[in-house]
Amino acid sequence: MEDGKVISIEGLKKHFPMGSGRFTALNGIDLAFGEGEFTGIIGPSGSGKTTLLNIIGTLDNPSEGRAVILGHSVSELTPAESASLRKTQLGFIFQTYNLFQVHTVYENVEFPLLLQGIANNRRRQMVLDALEWVGLTDKINSRPAQLSGGESQRVAIARAMVKRPAVVLADEPTANLDAANSHNILQTMEKLNRELKTTFLFATHDEKVIGYVRRKIWLADGMVARDELIEKN
Amino acid sequence: MIKFLLRGLLRDRHRSLLPFLVTLIGVMLTVVFHAWMTGVIGNSIEFSARFASGHVKVMTRAYSENAAQAPNDLALIGTDTLTAGLSERWPEMEFAGRIHFAGIIDAPDSLGETREQGPAMGFGIDLLSGNMAEAERMNIPSSLRSGRLPERKNEVLISRLFADKLGVVPGDVITLVGSSMYGELAMHNFTVSGTVDFGTTALDRGTVIADIGDVRDALNMEDAAGEILGFFRTGVYDAERASAICEEFNRAYNTPDDEFSPLMTSLSQDKTMGFLVEYSGKLQAILVALFIMAMSLILWNAGLLGGLRRYSEFGMRLAIGESKGHVYRTMMMESLLIGFFGSAAGVAFGMIISLFLQNHGIDLGVMMKNASVMMPSVFRAHITPATWYVGFIPGLISSQIGSMLSGIGIYKRQTAQLFKELEQ
Ligand SMILES: Nc1ncnc2c1ncn2[C@@H]1O[C@H](COP(=O)(O)OP(=O)(O)OP(=O)(O)O)[C@@H](O)[C@H]1O
Ligand SMILES: [Mg+2]
Repeated sequence: MEDGKVISIEGLKKHFPMGSGRFTALNGIDLAFGEGEFTGIIGPSGSGKTTLLNIIGTLDNPSEGRAVILGHSVSELTPAESASLRKTQLGFIFQTYNLFQVHTVYENVEFPLLLQGIANNRRRQMVLDALEWVGLTDKINSRPAQLSGGESQRVAIARAMVKRPAVVLADEPTANLDAANSHNILQTMEKLNRELKTTFLFATHDEKVIGYVRRKIWLADGMVARDELIEKN
Repeated sequence: MIKFLLRGLLRDRHRSLLPFLVTLIGVMLTVVFHAWMTGVIGNSIEFSARFASGHVKVMTRAYSENAAQAPNDLALIGTDTLTAGLSERWPEMEFAGRIHFAGIIDAPDSLGETREQGPAMGFGIDLLSGNMAEAERMNIPSSLRSGRLPERKNEVLISRLFADKLGVVPGDVITLVGSSMYGELAMHNFTVSGTVDFGTTALDRGTVIADIGDVRDALNMEDAAGEILGFFRTGVYDAERASAICEEFNRAYNTPDDEFSPLMTSLSQDKTMGFLVEYSGKLQAILVALFIMAMSLILWNAGLLGGLRRYSEFGMRLAIGESKGHVYRTMMMESLLIGFFGSAAGVAFGMIISLFLQNHGIDLGVMMKNASVMMPSVFRAHITPATWYVGFIPGLISSQIGSMLSGIGIYKRQTAQLFKELEQ
């Protein structure tokens, strides 16, 4: 990994075809993220936050420049390689939770481990640990429809964290939650970040999230407007 | 992983029940339709064979050209020897001479004066030799409504409607007025031994059935017959074999220039029956093709709807690290499973219905009350080995095609795009 960085981005541009021309969503981004960061990518709607996270998450490709994730250049990965990278090293959390509706809480959290082919006993222990982190051991057999928004997002966090990925990408994780639940899940993620040294990147414009992060990156019109480190202890 | 998918399949009715039911119904309809059409076509062919065309038929060319008028002056002669020769040469078939004739039936009063009369169509078939094959072929024993079959010379059966019209009952004497083989007026007295009801308007309107020997006497047709019919002893018409026999017979017996030399034709050479024989062979292929197309379309759309509902699931599975190929393959597996059980259930239900239709049949006589064509009135389904797979395999194939088509949309989309669509 370059300079011990988990993620490094150089001259990253992303264009989308639009009408006869193209729309530039990211217009020359240079950024690097180290292990254990707890960082917010902040900006108004349309500033390119989701686009940036999608590229870091290997769900989308750069148009120009480089994005190197855990030593792998996103644009050079084959679909199989990027799937494998996501399977083992990346966790995703979305505004809309995206839980598997017909599966129980336990099964939702178990899925990433099934995909990795982890053996039964170990898998069970890992799922229970993850549910313990988010305080949902009593909801193991519930279905997503029976959960509150806060509980749903905690299941999503457990599902993202259960494989202990190096990086978690959270796109507006609190947008559908009230204040109490927002603080609750942010505290949960902060705790996991400290204990497991997982790098968290948030795309957000929620003040509550901004209050927790230790680094703030402002995006405007697809460019980094400000990059600020907050000293906390 | 498989457990995970199975659970999803069983718990989500949209994923399993809907395509399962679509497949079930489609396969069931195909099975029933196949059995029914096979039965109806088979019934029609068999009926026509038994009453009119045989599996093969020998006539003079002159007779065959005017067969509808029963031109007995053009009939075959020396038929006893010919029939014996045929039976020896092709033991796989049973041959029997028949005479068709037209005439007036006259019912006299006690003084011998005409009381009622009407035009009749007549069959002269073997009834008195002790061999019941011809009587069975024409369903006579089961069509008998009153009296009994002819047992003595000059006894005749008469269709019930005709008997009612003439006001005759078994035991009465009727007179046939017709023309002999040599064109002279021929009159012959018969005793009505019984009445029959074929359930086919064309036959029930005015038919008399007598022993061929008596008809020969009546019409002065010594050792002659309008036609000799041949039937495969298996009871099943074999188009290829029949045409081979015809060819062989005609080479040996037919003189092309002599319009009174015997000519053998097969059932397939009859225009209508030939079409049906050919059609019944192609029926399966047509059915299967139609079925696969229609079902694939329906399942494709069901799959698209189901797929839309599952964008979030697919997107998330991709994000978690499942490959697109794997997601696609699991979709195919799911539909294979549903297709298998749906098809199996469809075959089961379809077979139950077909079996019922095969055993009980449906009486369409009312619908064909005024039909002049000779058709059976009761149709039955007929289950053949093909009935088992004609629905099952297409059921499997179409559910695969359906999910293949609907899956392509998901396959082609950018993963990031899947999320974009589900955010809205
Ligand atoms: N697939 C696409 N095709 C065309 N334009 C796109 C596409 N994806 C994003 N864009 C455009 O790129 C810009 C940045 O989009 P992006 O989703 O990254 O914004 P965002 O900062 O996440 O906004 P929000 O806060 O509303 O989520 C927007 O103007 C958007 O319309
Ligand atoms: Mg966004």
